[in-house]
Amino acid sequence: MSQTYTPVEQTSTGKKLAGPVGWLDDRLGLAGAGKKNLRKVFPEHWSFMLGEVALWSFVVLLITGVFLTLWFDPSMAETTYTGSYRPLNGVEMSVAYASSLDISFDIRGGLLLRQMHHWAAHLFIAAMMVHMLRVFFTGAYRKPRELNWLIGLGLLMLGILAGFSGYSLPDDLLSGTGLRIADGMIKSIPLIGTHVSFFLFGGEFPGDQIIGRLYMVHILLIPALLLGLIAAHMLLLVYHKHTQWPGPGRTNENVVGYPALPVYIAKAGGFFFIVFGVIAVMAATFTVNGVWIYGPYNPAEVTAGSQPDWYMGFAEGALRIFPPLEWSWFGSTWAMSVFIPGLGFLGLLFVALGAWPFIERAITRDQREHHLLERPRNAPTRTGLGVAGMTWFGLLWIGGGNDVIALKFGLDLNAITWFLRVGIFVGPVVAFLITRRICISLQRKDNEVLTHGYETGVIDRSPDGGYSERHAAMPLAKQYALTAAKERPKQIEAPELVDENGVDAPRSRRERLRHRLRRFYYYGAAVVDKPTAEDMAHAEEHLRGSNEHPVELGEDFQGVSETGVPRVH
Amino acid sequence: MRTLSTRRRHPLAGLLVLAVGLLITGGLYAAVAPKAATAEETASTSDIEAGRQLFLVGCASCHGVNAQGVVTEAADGSAGNYGPPLIGVGAAAVDFQVGTGRMPMAQTAPQAPRKADEYTEEETAQLAAYIASLAPGPQIPEERYLDWESVDEEGLAEGGEFFRTNCTACHNSVGAGGALPNGRYAPSLDGVEAKHIYEAMQTGPQQMPVFSDDVITPEEKLKVIAYIKTISEQPNYGGVSGGSLGPVVDGVWAWLVALGSLVGFAIWIGWHGTRTKKR
Amino acid sequence: MTQELEKTAPVGDPIADPGLPEHQYRPQDVDAAQEKRTERQIAAMFGVATLLLLGFCVAYFTIDQDALIFVDGAGNGGWSAMNFTLGLTLGAALLLIGTGIIQWAKKLMGDHEIIEMRHPARSSDDDRTAVMADINAGIEESGIGRRPLIRNSLLGALGAMGLPAIVMLRDLGPLPGDKLMHTVWQPGMRVVNDVSGQPIRPSDIEVGQLVNGQPAIFYETDDEGHPVMHGHDVLNAKAKAAVILVRMRPEDITPAEGRENWGIDGILCYSKICTHVGCPISLWEQQTHHLLCPCHQSTFDLADNGKVIFGPAFRPLPQLPLAVDEEGYLVAVSDFPEIVGPSYSFLDRDQKKLDEEMA
Repeated sequence: MSQTYTPVEQTSTGKKLAGPVGWLDDRLGLAGAGKKNLRKVFPEHWSFMLGEVALWSFVVLLITGVFLTLWFDPSMAETTYTGSYRPLNGVEMSVAYASSLDISFDIRGGLLLRQMHHWAAHLFIAAMMVHMLRVFFTGAYRKPRELNWLIGLGLLMLGILAGFSGYSLPDDLLSGTGLRIADGMIKSIPLIGTHVSFFLFGGEFPGDQIIGRLYMVHILLIPALLLGLIAAHMLLLVYHKHTQWPGPGRTNENVVGYPALPVYIAKAGGFFFIVFGVIAVMAATFTVNGVWIYGPYNPAEVTAGSQPDWYMGFAEGALRIFPPLEWSWFGSTWAMSVFIPGLGFLGLLFVALGAWPFIERAITRDQREHHLLERPRNAPTRTGLGVAGMTWFGLLWIGGGNDVIALKFGLDLNAITWFLRVGIFVGPVVAFLITRRICISLQRKDNEVLTHGYETGVIDRSPDGGYSERHAAMPLAKQYALTAAKERPKQIEAPELVDENGVDAPRSRRERLRHRLRRFYYYGAAVVDKPTAEDMAHAEEHLRGSNEHPVELGEDFQGVSETGVPRVH
Repeated sequence: MRTLSTRRRHPLAGLLVLAVGLLITGGLYAAVAPKAATAEETASTSDIEAGRQLFLVGCASCHGVNAQGVVTEAADGSAGNYGPPLIGVGAAAVDFQVGTGRMPMAQTAPQAPRKADEYTEEETAQLAAYIASLAPGPQIPEERYLDWESVDEEGLAEGGEFFRTNCTACHNSVGAGGALPNGRYAPSLDGVEAKHIYEAMQTGPQQMPVFSDDVITPEEKLKVIAYIKTISEQPNYGGVSGGSLGPVVDGVWAWLVALGSLVGFAIWIGWHGTRTKKR
Repeated sequence: MTQELEKTAPVGDPIADPGLPEHQYRPQDVDAAQEKRTERQIAAMFGVATLLLLGFCVAYFTIDQDALIFVDGAGNGGWSAMNFTLGLTLGAALLLIGTGIIQWAKKLMGDHEIIEMRHPARSSDDDRTAVMADINAGIEESGIGRRPLIRNSLLGALGAMGLPAIVMLRDLGPLPGDKLMHTVWQPGMRVVNDVSGQPIRPSDIEVGQLVNGQPAIFYETDDEGHPVMHGHDVLNAKAKAAVILVRMRPEDITPAEGRENWGIDGILCYSKICTHVGCPISLWEQQTHHLLCPCHQSTFDLADNGKVIFGPAFRPLPQLPLAVDEEGYLVAVSDFPEIVGPSYSFLDRDQKKLDEEMA
């Protein structure tokens, strides 16, 4: 569908812009890059915009953060509060906390800025996580995008660190308790923990240094690293071109969608305002971290319901449910009940996520580039592992809020802890088995629809009085999307364990392990094959007699719901 | 496995799955829900005799006819209380327990919950007088220690210091309550009368420790009450507060409201839109 | 702009690629009136957004910062009128701008999906060969492979460049030394009530009572009336020295060997700092004698020498031996005989030193 437009030299745009564009290109030579990228194609799907939510939240964080730095004073010097929040009037506190209160109560719009900044931070990390899940479950991290997956993980880690450092800045009782816990975690690092703690805090906890240092980390170091990694993430996205869902005309060799200029830029740019707007409305109507209710930090005080922000919740949950475990070696104390859940689980999670694309490739030995997304059901083992990971994370999350859950649902705190202590081992396994089974059943369902047609909801009565539901063939486009998306199961052959002389082949142990892993990985895919061309020909013949669609079907037709209403989307 | 898959279309299969599901859910709840434990505490007379009559009818079955308590022996041989002795608990304890509806208890539970009071103020006073007549104990606080609105700004700030040091660990920084072991909890302070807050500090009901007048003076208690009242009635400046339960609630809003609405917008943006057959 | 697609099924695919479906037009593409209406709608969104942003400025200058809205019938609660109005005008304006732009893109901008072909991420073999040749030329001409002396000494120098950066971090803070071994508690120092600083007599404390205590030194003043300790010294000291006093019936207490006389008539004094990661703990259940940490739910039995009975803490809660001074106030017999606060990497070494000191 070619469009023809007036030659650009004759348009008013051409006349107006030719000068400036020429001037710039004389100096920067950007026309070459612009030619390739201005009309770059981006495929369209709602799930491709989750990463954008994270990007735009980050921009909102930069904007609101710059405003906040104008009034926030990261000093731990003691002062007496005299601002307009009455219940704390005359209380001794740090300048950092007093300036947080001033921003909330004495700077007009300051409370809005604080709340926007905090909501944007929540959203930034939440959006990164769901974006990562989308990439994981659709296999979008596969070759050639493994490096971008790692960059994304780096962004997530930095985002969490940015969140934690910002959470600590107001120096209220809640954030100080968070720092106290962080200090305990640092001190538990075997051998060097105590020194690291003394260096970070400039002496004993809490000292008078930490807020200033975290402020530098929060407004300079981490944002700079984030900006650099975001730039790399986006450049790689442009270079690789976006993945797309399989469908008619959408193959592994092309990308179908709207051009960046103007449609995609307008949609993405408009989405920035929407993210910004949603954050502003949230800040107008929902309190987030009302620092005034906690009072100033005092190491002898604590409040019930002390929690970190949700993104640290799984580490907090791990700390809560871990059993006591500590030993001494040659005068050195190994506080494992702090170190393992506090820092070890975090490390385990990130290492596992970072290694997964490479582990998967070592199992599959798949050297192809993948630009088509895989439906989660067609990769049952991966989907199962993903859901198992989410279950594990979710159970630890529950642990992080176990006191609030116990209070609000009238449950027994100790029983929740015991439930989770068992659950984090059992839950993921159960989730894996159930998910894999569901994936396999969904594949069977796909095959059934392909070979026997979809249920039209129309009941036929035969001459002898029997009733049956009429089935009809799926539209061809849909049939193609279902079949092209799926790979045929791999023939998994037992490895050759002995050479021709009957001697154990070198590396036979590794081969055997790989064989076992392949059997495990391809389990779901090997159970259900997609129909062959013969199956489809047979199905077409079978359905031809009743191939009358009861309703007019649009392009987007996707089958019929249980009540017989055609579904689109 | 084969048997399972051939019978899964059996008419009763769905019912069976449902029953199993319910059993698992119920079993899990039973495992996680707090166990009932034997309880404790109070009751009693203004005209001491009237109080005694009320006591005999409403309280004696657990606390004994002379308020001496009823001792039980648990299956493992450890001693327990069906109802604790009330001699020496004082009028303040009775006024708190009966006035907040905690006593009489409706059922055995890890702790007696606050509920609508069953006795009128006069009856409560009679019960209190009866118990107070048995032995000396903490008295119902004087009016001047309850007039929290008279506390000045300095007193309010000091009350806040006492509150954060002694109370927030259990009751949360705005008095929203908190969880304790084995299904017990520190209740919310929202809407509790000044008198009852005072009496709770003075008598230490149930698991709550005592904060005696010798250590936290009546004047200091008044300041604490003023702080509690001020913060529980103050505005939620930033909007919906989610019960001031802290970051857990913030996380819920972030995921459900913020991310939820943005996913909604994304679906709208990605939607192909209305099309027409005309051209 | 568009390219013909290959319409061949890969081997094994049962259905051949039917190709992109025929383009379908939007109402705006075929109906001029509809197009005009959409255009007006979008312009209206931008217009209203402008008004809302002006409204933001008006609200900023006219609304009183203490003003409240949504106050309940009893005059309690309510939200900041300023925060609500500013946020809502800003948010609504931004949402309208965003919705308008997207609506423009969806309804009026070009609607033809276009196709771009992908290329493998890798470069061509020629390019690769050329790059390898260049790298090789670089290595040959620099002689980096042939001159190990230069190469290795340079690598050594570059590696040493990291040292100043690490050494410079040394002055981030003092070395721990034995700072975590001791607290400000001294023999004979009074235990006072936190906040008020009142010294405490045993008779002030009832059975079932909890007192949040501090060492008296935080409230002492010198001859000129200045506090002896102030600012961060107090906070640092409090982070280790805060205590709780509890009173139980003496018959309920089972003191460990050597601790029989650490209490006064059932009054015991424990560190308030959890041995897990250092949260202050004062959730004391007076009937069970259990002390719960609100952060990670470590539970200690105060009737049984602070033993851990639940949760992640490993070490029992350190106990401070108590005595009564000549005026009848509670005082510490000594500093804590066990190290207080969270475990740290050489706690074991410090504890052994402390044991020797105490002995």
